Amino acid sequence: MRKLKHSILLFLTLMIFWILFTSLDVQELTIGAIASIIIVLMTIGLKPVLSAIKLNPKSILFSIIYLFVFLKELIKSNIDVAFRVISPKLPINPGIVKVKTKLKSPLGRAFLANSITLTPGTLTVEMRDEYFYIHWIDVTSENIEGATKSIVSNFEKYLEVIFG
Amino acid sequence: MELFGAIITLIGSLFLLLGALGIFRMPDVYNRMQAGTKATTLGTIFFLFGISIGHLECGCFGKIVVLILFVMFTNPVSSNALARAAHFTGIKLTDRTKKDDLEKDNIKNKGEEK
Repeated sequence: MRKLKHSILLFLTLMIFWILFTSLDVQELTIGAIASIIIVLMTIGLKPVLSAIKLNPKSILFSIIYLFVFLKELIKSNIDVAFRVISPKLPINPGIVKVKTKLKSPLGRAFLANSITLTPGTLTVEMRDEYFYIHWIDVTSENIEGATKSIVSNFEKYLEVIFG
Repeated sequence: MELFGAIITLIGSLFLLLGALGIFRMPDVYNRMQAGTKATTLGTIFFLFGISIGHLECGCFGKIVVLILFVMFTNPVSSNALARAAHFTGIKLTDRTKKDDLEKDNIKNKGEEK
């Protein structure tokens, strides 16, 4: 069952990418479908990572909200880092902090780690079990709880619904 | 529309410039990575997006969306790998560093093994 879900999701993803690359033409779609099926069959022995995605109206809604939250954070982070770079005093206060995540699935954690890297002054350095080690350009709280709250929680509440 | 695209492209290149400047000014590997990852990601996104809406007639909007997605997914992964490798080969953090939990835990783990 998990394998089937993974296969279907993988097929749909590949098809969407194919359509974005080419056009909605019957011949091209056929080739794309054949190629996608071959890829799905080739990867059937691998771990079904995509099956962690939950498919219900709430999770789809949250994915869309997440995209916007993410884009907002991305722009904010860039402006923040840009200001640090151009200000003559170089106002940085760096350090590596440890945060804890509630997410269980590997895909969800991968998404979280990537999101952290792209947002204000944080860079994921290492991941061990449920702890992330994050390089923070401006350390404002040194304990695990405080750091978790200000770095992770914002994304986690969306990713929790999407990936579980 | 072409003007609008050109402005967005310009903003994108500005971010790329700031990223380059950041790599120059930051004191250690990790902080450089910060400037290098973020500024280049948004810079590239703006740059590509500006091109796609500035030249709508080329019909490359879909391709550029795919490119943006790939940049967004792969850029953090590569910087994560670099930062991790840097920490594991023992590159020192700058003197202005407040704390290093990873180093502390590494020492703790070693102590437990012995």
